[in-house]
Amino acid sequence: MSTEPLLRVENLTKYYGTRLGCADVSFELWPGEVLAIVGESGSGKTTLLNSLSATLEPNSGHTLYRMRDEQWRNIYDLSEAERRFLVRTDWGFVHQNPADGLRMTVSAGANVGERLMAVGDRHYGHIRDTALDWLGRVEIAADRIDDQPRSFSGGMRQRLQIARNLVAGPRLVFMDEPTGGLDVSVQARLLDLLRGLVGELGLAAIVVTHDLAVARLLSHRMMVMKDGRVIEAGLTDRVLDDPREPYTQLLVSSILQV
Amino acid sequence: MTTTAQYNFAYLDEQTKRMIRRAILKAIAIPGYQVPFSSREMPMPYGWGTGGVQVTASIIGPDDVLKVIDQGADDTTNAVSIRAFFAKVAQVQTTTRTAEATIIQTRHRIPERALQAGQILVYQVPIPEPLRFLEPRETETRKMHALEEYGLMHVKLYEDIARHGRIATTYAYPVKVEGRYVMDPSPTPKFDNPKMHMSEALQLFGAGREHRIYAVPPHTEVVSLDFEDHPFEIQHFEQPCALCGAEQVYLDEVILDDAGGHMFVCSDTDNCEERRNAGFVGSLGVQEAAE
Repeated sequence: MSTEPLLRVENLTKYYGTRLGCADVSFELWPGEVLAIVGESGSGKTTLLNSLSATLEPNSGHTLYRMRDEQWRNIYDLSEAERRFLVRTDWGFVHQNPADGLRMTVSAGANVGERLMAVGDRHYGHIRDTALDWLGRVEIAADRIDDQPRSFSGGMRQRLQIARNLVAGPRLVFMDEPTGGLDVSVQARLLDLLRGLVGELGLAAIVVTHDLAVARLLSHRMMVMKDGRVIEAGLTDRVLDDPREPYTQLLVSSILQV
Repeated sequence: MTTTAQYNFAYLDEQTKRMIRRAILKAIAIPGYQVPFSSREMPMPYGWGTGGVQVTASIIGPDDVLKVIDQGADDTTNAVSIRAFFAKVAQVQTTTRTAEATIIQTRHRIPERALQAGQILVYQVPIPEPLRFLEPRETETRKMHALEEYGLMHVKLYEDIARHGRIATTYAYPVKVEGRYVMDPSPTPKFDNPKMHMSEALQLFGAGREHRIYAVPPHTEVVSLDFEDHPFEIQHFEQPCALCGAEQVYLDEVILDDAGGHMFVCSDTDNCEERRNAGFVGSLGVQEAAE
């Protein structure tokens, strides 16, 4: 792991009018590290994620990102062109609903290849080979490459969305409830796949989830949010096995045991 | 006293023409960029060339010679009515000869004869936005043009190859103008794309319903998009024109009977006629009567 963080977040605060989205969030993320943000609905997880990924502009605070040229840049000061370029080359965003992150009317191969074409790949054979390789990595059969994601199951769509995001070799991936809406056996396979890919590619990832099992399996560190604030943060195993805050204890103890 | 006395020259009032000329000048200054303009109601329905007619009306002068073609032909309804319209409201001379015209308004073809400096080609455009069917939001497509994010255009070409084994887009084939803007050349067959490149003539595009004007100035680079391993190709025809024997021209299929009989003839009627007058005869043609 590098000695310098990839992302440095300082006192991030976002209000919707007078209503609080998230307040005073600070943390650092290192290359190769997976951070889970957990908390119940309405606790500000998604607001935080959207602010971090420059989808929303926060009211105060900074998000500093170490670009590929080792320059630290505040992502809210980037021009729109720079930001969009960053988003489609260095970052990935996996939405909860795959339809938000995929082009549903173009084939799976084109979905995966779009980012390659966006950064200037103009060789059809190469794009197609890369798409095939990635479909294989996310366990989608090669003969589905020309099918539209509309004909895919929920789990396949989610895996396709992951392939589409990872194809250009991002350094940081944001995931918003990546396993939401999938049944448990599909969830398990997806988590297994994600864990393998993240480890293999050395990605840094920020995963928003309300599912503590997802956090346990994927993340190295986690932050617990309540009412827009981070109330507890630490190594995942520590937080889950030895929660300190009463709210975290409640959260951990409310996991259903089968 | 003619019945057209109540109209200004070329139908549009001078203020409107001024507004459209400004849009045209801006379009020429930024090749391939779609300039919004305040499109007027014209005495014809949308889809019949209201954009092209407004552009023509704004640039035409009493000394101009107008030619109008529709799918290459001078004698189809649209071409005949627009020609008659300007003959009536601008009292200009009209022609079917490409070489004689100073302004050529066209729907879906570029004449076979190479255009000369001083000629202006006015295209009627139904949908000016090349990214429209890939990205329905206008705000987003404008941003994509501004930031030169054209990866999506190649997604469309990729889909073509994935589905058909080759780039199956045959008309409205996207081009990049002067290395910057991706532009829809209007629904001309891709056969005509190479003619836009470094053309001597000024090319103006008017989309009436969509309120957009864009332009390709003379001597401008116009490159059709493609992949390195699937380069851009124009259509090829196996046989020459059945009437004039021309090769390397765009042909239309004409059904002859209800027993499967058909022939391929020049889509550019003026070009075909000129060749036949010069004595060229195709397989189904008849020798022109000696003069």
